[in-house]
Amino acid sequence: MPERTFMPSTETVFEKKGENTLVLNMGPQHPSTHGVLRVVLELEGETIVDLDCQIGYLHTGMEKEGEYQQYSKCVTMTDRMDYLSTNGNNLAYTLAVEKLLDIEIPPRCDALRVMLTELSRITSHCVWLGTHALDLGAMTPFFWIFREREKILDMFEMFTGVRMMCSWIVPGGLRGDMPDGFEAKLRKFLKEFPDALHEIEILLVKNPIWIERTRHVGVISAEDALALGCGGPIARASGVEWDLRKTNPYSGYEKYDFLIPVGKHGDVYDRFLVRIAEMKESCKILEQVIDGLPEGAWTSTDRKVVPPPREELDSSMESLIHHFKLWTEGYHPPVGEAYACIEGPKGELGFYLVSDGSNMPYRFHERPSSFMNLQALRQMCIGRLIADVVAVIGSIDIVLGEIDR
Amino acid sequence: MPAPVLNGERLEVVRVRERFPDAIIKVKEFRGDTFICIKREALREVALFLRDDPELEYKFFSECTCVDYSKWKHERDLPERFEIIYNLYSLKYYSRIFLKAGADDGVPVPSLIPVYPGAEYPEREIWDLFGVQFEGHPKLKRFLLPDDWAGHPLRKEYPLGGEDVDFAKGVKGPAVEDISMPHAGESFEGKTGSEDVSGR
Repeated sequence: MPERTFMPSTETVFEKKGENTLVLNMGPQHPSTHGVLRVVLELEGETIVDLDCQIGYLHTGMEKEGEYQQYSKCVTMTDRMDYLSTNGNNLAYTLAVEKLLDIEIPPRCDALRVMLTELSRITSHCVWLGTHALDLGAMTPFFWIFREREKILDMFEMFTGVRMMCSWIVPGGLRGDMPDGFEAKLRKFLKEFPDALHEIEILLVKNPIWIERTRHVGVISAEDALALGCGGPIARASGVEWDLRKTNPYSGYEKYDFLIPVGKHGDVYDRFLVRIAEMKESCKILEQVIDGLPEGAWTSTDRKVVPPPREELDSSMESLIHHFKLWTEGYHPPVGEAYACIEGPKGELGFYLVSDGSNMPYRFHERPSSFMNLQALRQMCIGRLIADVVAVIGSIDIVLGEIDR
Repeated sequence: MPAPVLNGERLEVVRVRERFPDAIIKVKEFRGDTFICIKREALREVALFLRDDPELEYKFFSECTCVDYSKWKHERDLPERFEIIYNLYSLKYYSRIFLKAGADDGVPVPSLIPVYPGAEYPEREIWDLFGVQFEGHPKLKRFLLPDDWAGHPLRKEYPLGGEDVDFAKGVKGPAVEDISMPHAGESFEGKTGSEDVSGR
């Protein structure tokens, strides 16, 4: 077997176009590339002439693996895709499976799902804000915002027993109800978080260095962003008023009152403002969820999909059979294909599943929002200085786990 | 907002059928989603029409993906082995439409990069993982996999984990039967509280 070249040199992966230009390698172990993104830059002086993204360092073949797992077991894999907003991934996958199965979800379950996903959105934006500011030389926001994120992770631990990879949202409902004492904890958080966020915000919003580094940097027009497949905060910062939670509501988002923050210039600064505003809107949604949390069942009662409660197993033969069948064989969605998507923290996050009527998906595919958003990097950076690449990568908010899958 | 419907059929289907009467092979509805199966040759024109028609405005290219139907036992939409599914979204009606085109080994599909530049990465990924060729794609090279990878792993005949492992001295490792198992045959009774599970 020939010797493997795990890291091909810049010459083999990049063909330079100019004559008096320099080809520079950035990453995959560069702190500002947020994981293992490798960018090969062609420079003329300090100006970027061309760039190319090399990805795949985190590729683990999840889409192949998904074809060999029962539907209920794929949920844990979705966590590992976008590991910063795990509940969002669970929800998108769950919605796709439920679309195939065509089952009804009780309102309390929907509300709790919205709660978990919005908390996930805040954690994801917290990491983005901290690392983005750190990349541009501001250390304090990183420490302050991670203190807030820690509180949400503690809440996840209280709710699900796990801090990050919750897998709590499953086809058919949830794995468990909201625990006692969670409401008080959430209310305390919702009272404190806006002030904490404001403290961090005022460190940056009018900071002359921050403005200098971000305003008019990495500009993309609305038209280009959409054609490149960039949804979410990137499109909204360019002035597109589009949020799947409003336009194609799922899980009862139509019941909540919130605004879509929209930017004007499509630069790094506007994307920063949009995401900060999104965190505040998420807090508004969370308050409405907790105030109007419906009573009742928190999972579907369809015993073909949802396991029966433990106490039923001792008294009901049928429940025992369902329990056994479900954990050994799983369920068989009808033949067909379904695509379901949610508004993730980074844009449209969808799952495309093809079922051949067996208990495992015939095709398991994620529509990765970071993967599509990364395409905009080239357009945003050409003609800018090399230091702007760092600002732009931070503002795209990529997660390599999702790009490589 | 519900998707626009004209005479019981999605407006997009009606408009495309008017404009390209021969291009549509089949229209499929499943769980509220509409899939338009079109001929490979007409793909670029149909996409361009969907994007630029002022009544439709499919300006958002969500993604494209591929499915290998070589082990499919049920009714098919298209006769070819692979199906490429394009996922487009209209910001006029906030509705979604799926285009499907078939592909076989060695029969390239026209690349959608001239219509939607966002098709570059997903098409390259499809080439990498399925081996479907895209005509007009500037960079059909390995993307997620290492440069010297052989085969296309998302094809159905490609085994899961069937890859040879390199050892430093060029020899293969011992067979599974020859590896000594320290706890083989030992009873686990009393340790786990369950029945004897030895020999697993």
